[in-house]
Amino acid sequence: MSDVLVLVGHIAGQVGKPGLELLTLARRLGDPVVVCAGEADEAAVETLGRYGAERVHVIESDEPQEYPVAWVRALAALTADVRPVAVLTESTPDGREIAARLSVRLDGGVLTDAVDVQAGPDGPVVTQWAFAAGYTVTSRVVRGVPVIAVKPNAVVPSEAPVTPSVTRGALVLEEADRRTRVVSRTARESTGRPQLTEADIVVSGGRGLGGAEQFALLERLADALGGAVGASRAAVDSGWYPHTHQVGQTGVTVSPQLYLAVGISGAIQHRAGMQTSKTIVAVNKDAEAPIFELADYGVVGDLFEVVPQLLDEVARRRA
Amino acid sequence: MNIVVCVKYVPDTGSQPRFTAEHRVDRAGGRLSELDEYAVEQALRVVDTVPGTRVTHLTVGPPAAAEALRRALAMGGDAAVHVSDDAIAGSDAPATALILAAALRRLSPDLVLCAMASTDGGTSLVPAMLAEHLEMPQLTFASEMSLDEGGTVRIRREAASEVRHLAAGLPAVVSVTDRIGDPRYPSFKGIMAAKKKPLETWSLADLGVPAGRVGAAAATVVDQITARPPRAAGTIVPDEGEGGRRLAGFLSEQKFI
Ligand SMILES: Cc1cc2nc3c(=O)[nH]c(=O)nc-3n(C[C@H](O)[C@H](O)[C@H](O)COP(=O)(O)OP(=O)(O)OC[C@H]3O[C@@H](n4cnc5c(N)ncnc54)[C@H](O)[C@@H]3O)c2cc1C
Ligand SMILES: Nc1ncnc2c1ncn2[C@@H]1O[C@H](COP(=O)(O)O)[C@@H](O)[C@H]1O
Repeated sequence: MSDVLVLVGHIAGQVGKPGLELLTLARRLGDPVVVCAGEADEAAVETLGRYGAERVHVIESDEPQEYPVAWVRALAALTADVRPVAVLTESTPDGREIAARLSVRLDGGVLTDAVDVQAGPDGPVVTQWAFAAGYTVTSRVVRGVPVIAVKPNAVVPSEAPVTPSVTRGALVLEEADRRTRVVSRTARESTGRPQLTEADIVVSGGRGLGGAEQFALLERLADALGGAVGASRAAVDSGWYPHTHQVGQTGVTVSPQLYLAVGISGAIQHRAGMQTSKTIVAVNKDAEAPIFELADYGVVGDLFEVVPQLLDEVARRRA
Repeated sequence: MNIVVCVKYVPDTGSQPRFTAEHRVDRAGGRLSELDEYAVEQALRVVDTVPGTRVTHLTVGPPAAAEALRRALAMGGDAAVHVSDDAIAGSDAPATALILAAALRRLSPDLVLCAMASTDGGTSLVPAMLAEHLEMPQLTFASEMSLDEGGTVRIRREAASEVRHLAAGLPAVVSVTDRIGDPRYPSFKGIMAAKKKPLETWSLADLGVPAGRVGAAAATVVDQITARPPRAAGTIVPDEGEGGRRLAGFLSEQKFI
């Protein structure tokens, strides 16, 4: 079988779930060859092997602050060497930019936001959602090595254990790769809650919450359900919750098992980021709010009555 | 300072966009991409602070895409360039970036401004592709941008796990988010003035881009498009004092609690 390059990125500690999802999809197309940086210690290599990585190529670098673009040169060289049937990467802002630049170097095609990838007679068949998930589109790359950026949660990771061989190569940077300088990077504090894009349950708040303090109520609900907290742009713009939690066109797209919208009207730009959620629940005091058009279950009422009662009831049922 | 803003003509987000029989986006009744207005605004703010700044709006698109340029010119700026050619129809991101890059080489800007994504394709591919083609540094997803006299552009980028401050010398490609500052509305005077501003139309031949590299020769093909079925109507209940408990009942039935 032919190789498939899987860009897992920087490994610090455990291999992330998106990397395991990529490996699971890659196995449908050929033999996965992981490209990663960072620690990639024995435990990480073992995990990658458990999910089917035939080979792990570690890019070693002393550059503490290398910018993702710097990877592209190394990836292009590796692609020329391995001649894979496809290159898979995560459809995150960084991942899409690597995909963009790599495809220009390889003079081939690129597809982003894949929600499914299948092997086809003429190469990988990619499923995407278009226009706020109003359409399902299947496409193929017909020139060059297909570069495919896959959305988180596209597949449930499954195991297929092998023992990978490990190769290492140095990241060689040229002057041109250093033109974008990283002046500083400040890590965000972990909330202890699941990652928004990876969470099975997302509880989101909007302008209806009325202030930053009221988001504590939503955090309690998220914790009771084991979910992540999201926010509308109106709530983020008001400074009530950090932008990294914004769901929608210019925030993140989520597709959880359960999306609970509290005090959110359901504007088109918000819907674009959540309407593929499996089950949608809304709490809003306005019966005409467009969010109810999407809702599997909706409560027309004051969130400050409904949510505390819900919390009490969850606690009672668990007791 | 010579700034070029890349703007795209897209279907209106208010209506559900459609595809043509050839699997292309139906661009009838389109507009200037809402997100590109943020890039136009940033260019106009540089005009206010750096004397002698010239702003050109650039689009690749069908004849109607000139409307997007007029709208951008109504906000401000000096001139516009419309790359239009029958052979361009059906182009994907690599082809669009190839054409834009050729036009940008001719315009030789100090600063190329884009939005973080178009509101139709929404791939965020084009700015990075332009940087690659033009061998310029890229500073993408800027939520803040500043220029200093030494010709350095600095941005703040909010990534999922960290906040990054990035810098690069000019010329550079910068893409901006909707957090960078609200775009201005065109004034009546602006709309009138825009009608008289120079708008040039360039063909592929003008740019030396072979027709065989774009349009139907795209690197990707769409095999199938299906409208997703609408969601089934849900149960909507008024809160008559039991709303929270009833919701808990639903969540429990669905095995979420
Ligand atoms: C270019 C662009 C990009 C955008 N990107 C995004 C995006 O990524 N994400 C996003 O969310 N938006 C985005 N927007 C903004 C979007 O258009 C809406 O303005 C925004 O989603 C509204 O947020 P909201 O629903 O919280 O506020 P509103 O629309 O004001 O709705 C608040 C709701 O709360 C309800 N409410 C009030 N009080 C209570 C109460 N006590 N109990 C119950 N319900 C109550 C009200 O009935 C109302 O329906 C974007 C807009 C533009 C122009
Ligand atoms: N056809 C086009 N004409 C001009 N600019 C474009 C075009 N397509 C994309 N761009 C620019 O690239 C940005 C990102 O678009 P995209 O990569 O399609 O998400 C847009 O906001 C524009 O600034």
